Amino acid sequence: MHRFANPARFLKIARPATGWLLAIGVVLIAIGAAGGLFVTPPDYLQGETARILYIHVPTAWLGMGGWSAIAIASLAQIVWRHPLAGVAARATAPVGAMFTFLCLATGSIWGRPTWGTWWEWDGRLTSMLILLFLYFGYIALSAAERERGPDGRVSAIFGLVGAVNIPIIHFSVQWWNTLHQAESIELTGTTIAPELLWPLPFTLFGFSALFGALVLMRMRTELAQTRIEARLKRAVAE
Amino acid sequence: MNQWAFVIAAYAVTFAGTGGLVAWALAGMRRAEAQAERLRDPR
Repeated sequence: MHRFANPARFLKIARPATGWLLAIGVVLIAIGAAGGLFVTPPDYLQGETARILYIHVPTAWLGMGGWSAIAIASLAQIVWRHPLAGVAARATAPVGAMFTFLCLATGSIWGRPTWGTWWEWDGRLTSMLILLFLYFGYIALSAAERERGPDGRVSAIFGLVGAVNIPIIHFSVQWWNTLHQAESIELTGTTIAPELLWPLPFTLFGFSALFGALVLMRMRTELAQTRIEARLKRAVAE
Repeated sequence: MNQWAFVIAAYAVTFAGTGGLVAWALAGMRRAEAQAERLRDPR
């Protein structure tokens, strides 16, 4: 991992990867969304609203995946002092926050015709809302800390502590038997019929590629800003 | 209740959110990289 600790080496890989990930993401999302909206049949019970699952599930996974990435980067920052770990964590936060917000918004839109309510203080929804607030806290804390210096240890600790919420979100549907249904997709199999399931891998990998492209864009932005600050300081000193 | 209205709303919110995020991230990256390039030491 330390092979990529050099920003110049990292940028050599990140520059072409950004465009590729963005293009792959857009194509896969377009295929998955078109299939989910126009090709798959309506669900026998939920009707047309089941089509929301093709965007709701990827945003939920990536909202949780984003914080998992922050936690791993925070660990790399604290334990190995990897110079790009803090940059990666800070770059992931706004992207993860947006996907968490989209998960809550699409879930709420799905809930109105299916459950008869926009919102319910159920275990899954509440723990997901807490994740969104954790993202907001992390963004504010890391921005304030970056102004004071490059260390970022407090936000790294916050990133690790906040990861406690991820298993709570995952197991919430088992611990609290409320409105949100149990997992439909597990490692061992799925309860979704194949004719309804096939667009989901397209949107899942598509949004994941888009997520990766967005994180790389934010990392490149922060590295460029660091270069700008260093060059301005050098110009003032001369 | 027209179920399609909810489906379209969910997709519109998602595409507007991700599209806006891509536009914001891309513009910020291009602006920062262009400024860093302008300030590059000519030596």
